[in-house]
Amino acid sequence: MIRAALSALLLTGAGAALAQSAEAPPGAAACSGCHAISKSVETPAPRLLGREPADVVAAMLAFKSGARPATIMDRIAKGFNEDEIRAIAAWYGAQKD
Amino acid sequence: MTDRRTSRRDALKWLGGAAGSALAAPALAQGAAGTVIVIGGGFGGAGCARALKKLNPALSVTLIEANAVFTACPFSNGVIAGLRDLKEQQFGYEGIARDGVKMIFQAAAGVDPQARNVTLADGTRLAYDRLVLSPGIDLRWDALPGYTEAASERMPHAWKAGAQTLLLRRQLESMEDGGLVVMSAPANPFRCPPGPYERASLIAYYLKTKKPKSKLIVLDAKDAFSKQRLFQNAWKELYPAHLEWVSLSAGGKVTAADAAGLTLTTDFGSHKGAVVNVIPPQKAGAIAALAGAADRTGWCPVEPVAFTSTLQPGIHVIGDAAVMGAMPKSAFSANAQAKVCAAAIVRLLAGTAPAEPRLINTCYSVVAPDYGITVAGVYKPNNGVLVDVEGAGGVSPLEAPASTRAQEAAYAEGWFKTIGAETFG
Repeated sequence: MIRAALSALLLTGAGAALAQSAEAPPGAAACSGCHAISKSVETPAPRLLGREPADVVAAMLAFKSGARPATIMDRIAKGFNEDEIRAIAAWYGAQKD
Repeated sequence: MTDRRTSRRDALKWLGGAAGSALAAPALAQGAAGTVIVIGGGFGGAGCARALKKLNPALSVTLIEANAVFTACPFSNGVIAGLRDLKEQQFGYEGIARDGVKMIFQAAAGVDPQARNVTLADGTRLAYDRLVLSPGIDLRWDALPGYTEAASERMPHAWKAGAQTLLLRRQLESMEDGGLVVMSAPANPFRCPPGPYERASLIAYYLKTKKPKSKLIVLDAKDAFSKQRLFQNAWKELYPAHLEWVSLSAGGKVTAADAAGLTLTTDFGSHKGAVVNVIPPQKAGAIAALAGAADRTGWCPVEPVAFTSTLQPGIHVIGDAAVMGAMPKSAFSANAQAKVCAAAIVRLLAGTAPAEPRLINTCYSVVAPDYGITVAGVYKPNNGVLVDVEGAGGVSPLEAPASTRAQEAAYAEGWFKTIGAETFG
């Protein structure tokens, strides 16, 4: 059933985007080098999995502008534009534990 | 644009729910089966094998690694300084096997890129559709006169973590207070650009706290190095009596080593130590050259999207062994490249073009237990190489309160735990 639904979606423009969105958008795979996927890792860096995308976007834009104090995230956020940040936040938000 | 983005986000949520498992991409665009062999079970290779299986469970993924236990280099300078146990550096491959990766604990003896097969040490031949080489580094025993593998038993390199790490630690522990420690750092490129300077810092920390009459002298084949001003500021503040750095232009380049005499020779003189740590010049792990994927520099040139070898078809090279443009040779880099490479391979096997990647590197260095500094970068392909994304990246601020340094030291600890779990499960 899922496959049928997906095939139907593939016929549309949204479907083409969807097919590509199955894999992480550019940059997202690197985040989990510091932001643990696993719940059991003890680290001060917050997990991104399942987090509300709007919160991640707000944090990244504040890091990027310098409005939010940071140790390292200001330097990393500056490497992404708003669309790229939104795509990464949406992807992590969509992942389930 | 906005409409499309919204629908894409909604679709993502739906897909996530339908897929039902964390980070498992549905076998949709990438459903094609295939056989991938990965050689080298470090942060690059192990990370890549695991990511391949998660992205497409239909793939046959084999990881070839000579050792049943991986001993990590990041944080191993803390072991040398007596701040950590070597066990904290070690990871098994059970988690990776659990994810469906077939483990083979043997050395790879050869690769035939035309026939697309790997020969193992025991003669077994394994066929592949795509091969990932992540062999890390080998030390160049021909590069520094007198510094042979046998010499490294007297003057450890400790640049591959394990027995060498413990040897250097024991030598420091048994040294009398007042003894001179001599270290040499190589010219670029080499594994972990800030590594020698983190090590110098932590050895100085050990001397200051345990052997206060002793001193470390660092002989460098370079005039500039990673996070240089941050390190030098910290040394001035923390270790003014315990650490001296001799640059290339001040005569720091080591030209010969004498293991029997525990002496390093430079153009300007010689330095005899009670303990001598030689970080020698390096090259890609041996299998890279056997596969024909290393060039005359000893390293492996790759294109910057899927990290395909520019010398051999069907072979990808990631991590320290590869030439990655602006991206440094670090565990974080290797792991980030591993995940990009895995996604690219899934697409290539499905007959589609890999997406243009964006990569991140983050390198923590600990100059004292409560004093951490970082360098970060964001990278993208441009004209055939990975380049820095302008305006991003850089090092920790030169002026920062102790609380910031302590925070970065805490994040460093968290990073090590995270990258361990990310790679080995």
